[in-house]
Amino acid sequence: MNDDPPLPSLEQLDEKLRAAEAKRRKTKAGPDDGGQGLAFAMRIGVEIVAALIVGVGIGLLLDHWLGTKPWFFLLFFVLGAAAGFMNVFRVVGRLGGQVGYHGAKKPEDDDDKRDEDE
Amino acid sequence: MAEGGAHSPIEQFEIRSIFPAREHGEAIGALDFTNSSLTMVATLVLISGFLILGMRRGALVPGRMQSLAEMSYEFIAGLISDTVGSEGRRYFPIVFTLFMFILFGNLLGMLPYSFTFTSHIIVTFALAALVFIGVTILAVAKHGMHFFSFFVPPGAPIAMWPLLIPIEVISYLSRPISLSVRLFANMLAGHTLLKVIAGFIGVLGIFGILPFAVIVALTGLEILIAFLQAYVFAILTCLYINDALHLH
Repeated sequence: MNDDPPLPSLEQLDEKLRAAEAKRRKTKAGPDDGGQGLAFAMRIGVEIVAALIVGVGIGLLLDHWLGTKPWFFLLFFVLGAAAGFMNVFRVVGRLGGQVGYHGAKKPEDDDDKRDEDE
Repeated sequence: MAEGGAHSPIEQFEIRSIFPAREHGEAIGALDFTNSSLTMVATLVLISGFLILGMRRGALVPGRMQSLAEMSYEFIAGLISDTVGSEGRRYFPIVFTLFMFILFGNLLGMLPYSFTFTSHIIVTFALAALVFIGVTILAVAKHGMHFFSFFVPPGAPIAMWPLLIPIEVISYLSRPISLSVRLFANMLAGHTLLKVIAGFIGVLGIFGILPFAVIVALTGLEILIAFLQAYVFAILTCLYINDALHLH
């Protein structure tokens, strides 16, 4: 009679413990993920705009300098947009990853690094 | 706006001279000392106080302040060793300084009646330009002319170079802009939103409790963003340093 209660209660305890642990893991992962996701979203949000600003700026400057009114502006607007998308692609390609070419061209990276080391 | 206590939500970003450089049209100093300058000085004093007081005793078992100081040190040290590696250790001071300056500036801006200097593009752009120019000099010093191969995507056919190189140059030049605009826009938008919603509280009378609840939540979010933006600025600085050291 006295021995009976501890056995199921131990199992129950185990179950409860596992449930609590799972719950804690979940709640612990939640805010972490949210923070990371938010930081990530904020990083990529501005990339396109920034590249566009630079592209348009270069285009307008070249136009002003060479007197070819709309052409460099149009060209660099497109190039700026492409650069913006490329930046976003780079950031998205590897979560929290580098800004250079690391994501897209991994094997080449290693070659380059090895070259430098030698 | 209206006279009776209602304020414009962007009034908080106004720069006012505390000690003006000119008096009655005469120059009495080189530069204005503004509320922005005052908050920056306060930030520096707070950071110095925080770190000096925290590490005053240097106990083996840290107290509260020492724990905080050590935590912030280890946070940035971990960030650098994660993104740059051991050779990034040398750049710890600049990353730590930037992180603490932006973090404390953002948090100080959360105090009522204070001023958020990170909500001014010129401040964030100066910081970003510092990082950008420093990183470029670092890369050129380390790699010399080889640095310019950074703009050529590895493995791209030569026929594509005229198209790809301008894109890469633009995307490299867009770094300081995205770095500064991100911080500036977040702080500007957040603080404006806070003030706009706070403006509803008085107008709605008893239902003002709703915007008030929103304000409480938003204040929490703003503090999160204050941390997050400082973190993003620091991690991007680390990534740029990594790029400069290793190119691709």
